[in-house]
Amino acid sequence: MNESSAKRLPPRPTLKSGLKSGMDYQVPTLEGDHKRGAQALSRVARMALRYRWRFALALLAVVAAGVFQLLIPWYLGNAVDNATGLLEGGVAGADEAQTALLIAAGLIVGAAVLRGSFTMLHNYLGESIGLHIAYELRLAYFEKLQRLSFSYHDKIHSGDLLTRGMLDIEGIRRFVEFGILRLVLLAVLVGVGAYMYMGSDPVLGLLSLSFVPFAFWRATVFRLRMRALWRELQEALSILTRVMEENLGGIRVVRAFGARDFEMKKFDAGSRVALDISMERVGVRYTNTSVITFSYFLAMGFVLWVGGLRIIEGTLTVGELTQFLAFMTILQMPIRQTGMVINGIARASVAGARLFDVLDMEAAIDDKPGALPLKVTDGVLRFGDVSFKYEGFRGQATISNIGFEVRPGRTLGIVGPPGSGKSTIVHLIPRFYDVTSGRITIDGQDIRDVTLDSLRAAVGVVQQDTFLFTSPVSANVAYGEPFADQDRIERATDASQLHSYIAALPEGYDTLVGERGVSLSGGQRQRLSIARSVLLTPSVMVFDDSTAAIDAATERRIREALKELTKDRATIIVSHRLSSLMHADEILFLDKGHIVERGTHQELLAKNGRYRALYDLQIGGDKGDPGAAGRVLEPAE
Amino acid sequence: MDDKPATSSLTRRRRSGLNVNRETGDRQSIDRLRAASYDRDEEIFAAAYDGRIVRRFLTFMGPYKRTAIVSVVAVLIFTLTQLAVPLVIRETIDGALVEGVRSADLLNVAVAVFFGLIFVNSIANYFQLTLVAKMAERILVDMRRAMYAHLQRVSLSFMDKTEVGRLMSRLQGDVNSIQEFLETSIMAIGDFVLIVGIIVVLLSLDFQLGLLTLSVVPALVIVRIIWLPIARRAFMRARQTSSIVNGALAENLMGVRTVQEMTRQAINFDLFEEKVRDNLHSHLRATRLAQIMVPTVDTLTGGAMAIVVIVGGTMVLDKTLEIGVMVAFLFYVQRFFDPIRSLMMQYNMMQRAMASGQRILEVLDVPVDVQDKPDALDLAEIDGSVEFRDVSFGYVPDQPVLKNISFKIAPGETVALVGPTGSGKTSITALMHRFYDVWDGQVLVGGHDVRDITQASLGRHVAMVLQEPFLFTGTVLDNIRYHKEDATAEEVIEAAKAVGAHDFILNLSDGYDTMLGQRGVNLSLGQRQLISFARAVVADAKILVLDEATANIDSFTEREIQIALARLLEGRTGIVIAHRLATVRNADRIFVLQDGEIIERGTHGELIAEDGLYHRLHSMNYASFDDVPDKLLTTQAAGAT
Repeated sequence: MNESSAKRLPPRPTLKSGLKSGMDYQVPTLEGDHKRGAQALSRVARMALRYRWRFALALLAVVAAGVFQLLIPWYLGNAVDNATGLLEGGVAGADEAQTALLIAAGLIVGAAVLRGSFTMLHNYLGESIGLHIAYELRLAYFEKLQRLSFSYHDKIHSGDLLTRGMLDIEGIRRFVEFGILRLVLLAVLVGVGAYMYMGSDPVLGLLSLSFVPFAFWRATVFRLRMRALWRELQEALSILTRVMEENLGGIRVVRAFGARDFEMKKFDAGSRVALDISMERVGVRYTNTSVITFSYFLAMGFVLWVGGLRIIEGTLTVGELTQFLAFMTILQMPIRQTGMVINGIARASVAGARLFDVLDMEAAIDDKPGALPLKVTDGVLRFGDVSFKYEGFRGQATISNIGFEVRPGRTLGIVGPPGSGKSTIVHLIPRFYDVTSGRITIDGQDIRDVTLDSLRAAVGVVQQDTFLFTSPVSANVAYGEPFADQDRIERATDASQLHSYIAALPEGYDTLVGERGVSLSGGQRQRLSIARSVLLTPSVMVFDDSTAAIDAATERRIREALKELTKDRATIIVSHRLSSLMHADEILFLDKGHIVERGTHQELLAKNGRYRALYDLQIGGDKGDPGAAGRVLEPAE
Repeated sequence: MDDKPATSSLTRRRRSGLNVNRETGDRQSIDRLRAASYDRDEEIFAAAYDGRIVRRFLTFMGPYKRTAIVSVVAVLIFTLTQLAVPLVIRETIDGALVEGVRSADLLNVAVAVFFGLIFVNSIANYFQLTLVAKMAERILVDMRRAMYAHLQRVSLSFMDKTEVGRLMSRLQGDVNSIQEFLETSIMAIGDFVLIVGIIVVLLSLDFQLGLLTLSVVPALVIVRIIWLPIARRAFMRARQTSSIVNGALAENLMGVRTVQEMTRQAINFDLFEEKVRDNLHSHLRATRLAQIMVPTVDTLTGGAMAIVVIVGGTMVLDKTLEIGVMVAFLFYVQRFFDPIRSLMMQYNMMQRAMASGQRILEVLDVPVDVQDKPDALDLAEIDGSVEFRDVSFGYVPDQPVLKNISFKIAPGETVALVGPTGSGKTSITALMHRFYDVWDGQVLVGGHDVRDITQASLGRHVAMVLQEPFLFTGTVLDNIRYHKEDATAEEVIEAAKAVGAHDFILNLSDGYDTMLGQRGVNLSLGQRQLISFARAVVADAKILVLDEATANIDSFTEREIQIALARLLEGRTGIVIAHRLATVRNADRIFVLQDGEIIERGTHGELIAEDGLYHRLHSMNYASFDDVPDKLLTTQAAGAT
């Protein structure tokens, strides 16, 4: 046994692979990845298109801004020719030239003003569409996260989900302006520019745009490389984030084991991977930028040369050469920005794919189409032959063939060793997970057939772990019913024996608790959790080991107080402390997902089985025979 | 594909949330609710320049001094060649293309110079971009590492009161904004040189025309001065709303299980929607304000060009100006505002960087209370004795948690600490591990003052099991050998068996290779606890500290663990913060603490006979001593005096 299990262990992973293997999501193949990225981009583009008017206007504005910008060099060139007294027709008079200069100046100012205004317009509209998309995505993402079931949140690290909600949405937001509109602008400048300037001199026109195909080719290659790098970087950062988050969250463990060096090594390894990718990204990005800029200047040099030769030949004027050079100057900025634009597109496609992954995730547990609200008549909870297995779990089912019924006013107790499936039963009732087989009904209605909201309103679960929101105590107590008045809140805290503690706090019920507020002890948190559920007066109350940190006497008082409140409700108490559930009408003793004993406290004692052994261990510890513990731990069979 | 993720379901949900309740007229509750959804943001509005911060950050540049110098040289070469391009064009025109002097040879020379120039320019460009960006990336890593390493040393009380999320935002967001700033800051030198260069060149080409052309600059400055404060407020507001939105998202994510239990989705959605909407509008406003500058700058550029065209053109007509100069003027004006614009952007970035810098320094400046002495001993072996000599200690000045505590625990002895919450049990164990330093007195482990031993060796000899079992992402195996990476699989299995965790681990989907996720979900609290027990067993330290670890273990496991512990504690010193009488009874000695003092000590039998607090607690039959209501204790204490 010992040896065979030892052999099953694989070689100790290296630090890096160890970090990698913690990835929450699969790293898709490169090809599939490109497809996903392209799909994500087209999806964002389609979202943008839904802002029809804004988008159309933005496109118009981009075109107009491009055209007016292109007109400026034209007028500049004319002005230069006017100044040299060379009008197209021939030598003109000084006065005429003077007038022509004034006209050119007026046209330049006009074109500049219009160019500026249209640029403002398309920038604003682009940004506005991007912001609206981000708004939509934030809400959709938030809603999706709230709906995705426990099984999803069990698997995906919250830090990773947070990164998607923050950075990835940001990456998508910038796509409309920095991706789509800038590309259109570039196309207008090159396309309309080619039309305008090629017409005046095809050779020079061609020359001045000769770098464009090269830049385009580089950009395409570059985009693919950048995308891959962005994805790698994003993943490396996710891992690094997790390493840091866990270290800081578990700092006591780190300190307790003097594991500082180990933790620093882990950090350095993660950091190193991210840095290497960043370095490569910088290299790729700026090599590209430099090469494209160089090709641009090269083209400009040839324009100057060929243009110069033509001027010497007499087939070109200085003004026309100026036109070409000024036209190229206009192109310089957008060309320089291609790196940025491509970087943005690559980022958006990676970010989009990551975000849509979550948005497209079907919540494993959702309302059936046409599900009706649960109609609670009596409030009878029934488990009919229920089995459950966690998804992808290789071992045996977590619970098998569980059947019981709890009627209003009655209490069911569930006890058993850790991992025996007690909490699983609890999680199935509000459908945090769905049963693998069998069915759970409330008043005869299968809980999968009713709406989730109505089901969860009818079932109150008090969990072992209590999450406190950073808000006043009162809001935390009234979390499920935020419009409850102070009376109701106090009745709930009274019942859970928390009122006097809260009342004694410096700011009473307004005291801030949670991450940034006063911290509560384990017992206080559990009492708050009880108050939370009590306030809601659900038809079925479930206590999931929710008094483990509360002492027996306080627990007794809570039970007394709850007696009145739960007298017409079905109650389930899960506990490993027998005193918490001895009084139940029926008690299930669970082991490895099976009910091994059931009955009332007296019946079970009389059975002289495992329940009895446990009882002796806990209550009659002193008097009980020393073999009791052994009997609890190892069943007789 | 479905690309309407939001709107349809949104509107429905919105109606189901706040609005419905609004109709019930409970306005006060709504306000309370809004107030309750706590807005977390920690924007510090720092000055744009703070010499103190900059000086501190220059030390991070230290290792890269050479790179920085080379980068500056590259930037200067790049800028100067950039500046020279219109001049070369001018020379080409005036020297080779104007009527009368037309010469193909001169043109060829000029073009050759142009090619040479752009070659140098491109190389300089490559170096300025990559050197600076790579340096910025390295500095980012260095700063993050410095902070992270520092956080490994600062006192635990700082870590206790600081939320992880805030530290993370410093380790990520703030460091990034510094990197962003650094990456562009060297370019700013280039921009600045470019502006000065253009002004100098324009004025020296033709002073009069240059002055006239530059007359538009004051207009821009004035517009900027009016615009800046308004825009700045809007930008800050936008950033603030972003951090509020992200904070809300983070909290909802952390508490998602509670949200679903309580069916709070609709209301939370509405609250979030308000924040996101606010974020949207503040960003739209910021964008409007930012964009208003575009036509302004363009108009001024157009104006400057018009001046060149009219004035310069007339001068050319009058033959008082060479045509090449006019062309060069036009080129300079065409690009003149680019560096100004990027400098303005740089200013914004600098402001952000200063705020971030301040927050980073806040972390770096948290004092390290507990530090190894330079001559601290690295002990290979100790004897396992623990002694407190007149120890006083507290977390807040003037509020001692431990008062003159003295005791001696012999090697191999097991001592149970009991007493109500706040009596100082946890502090005693924390001091033993030197999580904090004492105010007064001495803590000796193995006969050495803990301040004379390296913390690493102390960690080897004192193993701890904490109340909250914390598991790291990784396999079960890795979690158990967490602090002893070189433990073999056999050792791990042995440890797991010792604490009775082996069976359930084998039942997990991949046995010892099962990946444990965040917070070790899918394991029950008890199972998590067992894994952290096994971890301590692998540690195989002389001294074992159990800090309230049994609290969450149910009686089944507790019994089994007690058997395992009894075996484990053989030949080891054990200090156990015990809840249950069963655990206490098995100890060699019991210390009863109250208000930071040991009020009773002895064996179970002795203490029962003593008829003191222990006896009273015992007879009250509470499951755990720290659950005894304060009321009872105070009445007891009052009764005693």
